[in-house]
Amino acid sequence: MDFGQIIVNGLVLGALYACLAVGFSLVWGVLNVINMLHGSFIVLGGYLAFFAWQSFGVHPLIMLPIVALLLFGIGYLVQFLFINKVVTAPVLTTLTLTFGLDMILYNIMTVYFSATPRRVTLDLGGISFLGVDMPIDRLLGMALALILTGVLFYVMRASRIGRAIVAVRMDRAAAALMGIRVNHVYAITFGIGALMAGAAGVIFAMVFPVTTNLTGMYLGKAFVVCVIGGLGSVPGALVGGLALGLIESISGHFFGPQHSLTIGFLLMLILLVVKPTGLVGKKGYE
Amino acid sequence: MSRLGLGLFVLWVLLLATTPLHADNYIVRTAIMIAMYSSLALSWNFIGGYTGYPSFATVAFFGVGCYVGGIAQRNGVPMFLAWTLATIVVAAFAAALGAIILRLKGHYFAIGSIAVVEVCRLVISSWRSVTGGGDGLNIPLLRWSPDEVAIFYLMVMIGIMLITFALNVFVDRHRLGFGLHCIRQNEDAANMVGINTTLYKVVAFTLSAMFCGTTGAVYASWVGYIDPTDAFSILMTVKVPVMVLLGGPGTVLGPVLGAGTFVILEEIFWANFLDWNRAVLGGIIVFLIFFLPGGLLKVSYRKVVNRLRGAEGVRS
Repeated sequence: MDFGQIIVNGLVLGALYACLAVGFSLVWGVLNVINMLHGSFIVLGGYLAFFAWQSFGVHPLIMLPIVALLLFGIGYLVQFLFINKVVTAPVLTTLTLTFGLDMILYNIMTVYFSATPRRVTLDLGGISFLGVDMPIDRLLGMALALILTGVLFYVMRASRIGRAIVAVRMDRAAAALMGIRVNHVYAITFGIGALMAGAAGVIFAMVFPVTTNLTGMYLGKAFVVCVIGGLGSVPGALVGGLALGLIESISGHFFGPQHSLTIGFLLMLILLVVKPTGLVGKKGYE
Repeated sequence: MSRLGLGLFVLWVLLLATTPLHADNYIVRTAIMIAMYSSLALSWNFIGGYTGYPSFATVAFFGVGCYVGGIAQRNGVPMFLAWTLATIVVAAFAAALGAIILRLKGHYFAIGSIAVVEVCRLVISSWRSVTGGGDGLNIPLLRWSPDEVAIFYLMVMIGIMLITFALNVFVDRHRLGFGLHCIRQNEDAANMVGINTTLYKVVAFTLSAMFCGTTGAVYASWVGYIDPTDAFSILMTVKVPVMVLLGGPGTVLGPVLGAGTFVILEEIFWANFLDWNRAVLGGIIVFLIFFLPGGLLKVSYRKVVNRLRGAEGVRS
């Protein structure tokens, strides 16, 4: 395969990974909670888009905002009802709690959706440019992923709620004194995390087959992207996502695609030990 | 540990050990699983209970133990020697790994330990020529009657459980246990007053791993067939810490109580809600975190009894 093709494949995949991981990074950075539900949120988003498309013929582009809003609601409730109560507890508690919630959600999904792989096939054809072939649905997915990530970046910088989230991240107590309702902000943050996961799920359903067995893999990718890029920043997730996409594409070419996840995890372990802040990580969420 | 606690523990071990005399094979199998998970929970207690490091690597050591024991046995190494070999290899692996990943703290340590499991699973799945890859490995079985085999493995698993229990008691009383408690409270302060925190953490991590290796190797010989999804089961990653949290982390009896309760609950739910097994497990976790934050050992049973009596008094 041509080297240009490998790079382009990697970048397209990387943009999807960035969108997949940015919500996870937000929740981890702001709430200091590792959200084990993230992979299931992505699969849930993918399934909702698939069933709307198959049963009612709704185009995924129309489903994208609906799924995103729905998952925002679910995320808000999960944080408000459960995680807010233990948000300051040690890592083991929050991690185990989200894992327990994930097992419930995963079980519901396997019972109602089964584990059969399904995919939305849009048949948009492909384009060829300078010897690089690319299906249009992938390019569309990449564009959507980049737009969503960009919107989140803008929201975090410019909007009132974005500033409130940054304030709570910097100093929980001081933010509360300034009249910010911390629990509400936490729930919104978690909701945004779930929203991004759901939207990423819709995009993934347009490009790859969705099955409930993928929850663990998506979660693993989110871990790797966050650690490579650095925690708690939109540019960090973007850099981490693109880096992982390129690494997977290049290593998949040399060692075979079945090893791409191993290599991602190995790199993550090495980076964790050598430079735990990631490539562009910094304190504070911006 | 009170005298009452020790007495109850001895009774519990006797009850497990005598199951072949008064119960059917299904109960004996459950007793073996209880002893196995008790050893794993007691092992995890060294790192997760005493030191407070959120390690999710237990299943990596269990799985590596499975494969080292299984591969050795397939190559003609006698069974006991294969188990010993698995223990030594896993201990060495954990010591080397601990020196590296114990530099991480909090969330990063948790994620690092999860990554270790994934890397081990993927390496073993793709190293086809040695491990059989996804097809798994067959391990020579004992040529005894099924009843004898069950009694044998029951005794072996209870033996490992007693060793890990004794080690827990030893560490709990020794200055190592004190040092580990200090690390959990405040690692920097512990370091400043002269505790060699790096050494203590590596020792705790190694202790938490080595008997998982033995247990894995014994499990592999017992079931006679292992594959990567079974030996590195995702559920076990979280099951073992949850058992310890259920019983009471950082205590000697907590892991045993938690493992016993958990396995029995799981068997009941397996039998009745097969499709919803995972959801029930998740429900137990959520319940545990909200209503039993210190584990079953920390519940004030006197208060519960008094409240029940009070309720009866009101009714009559």
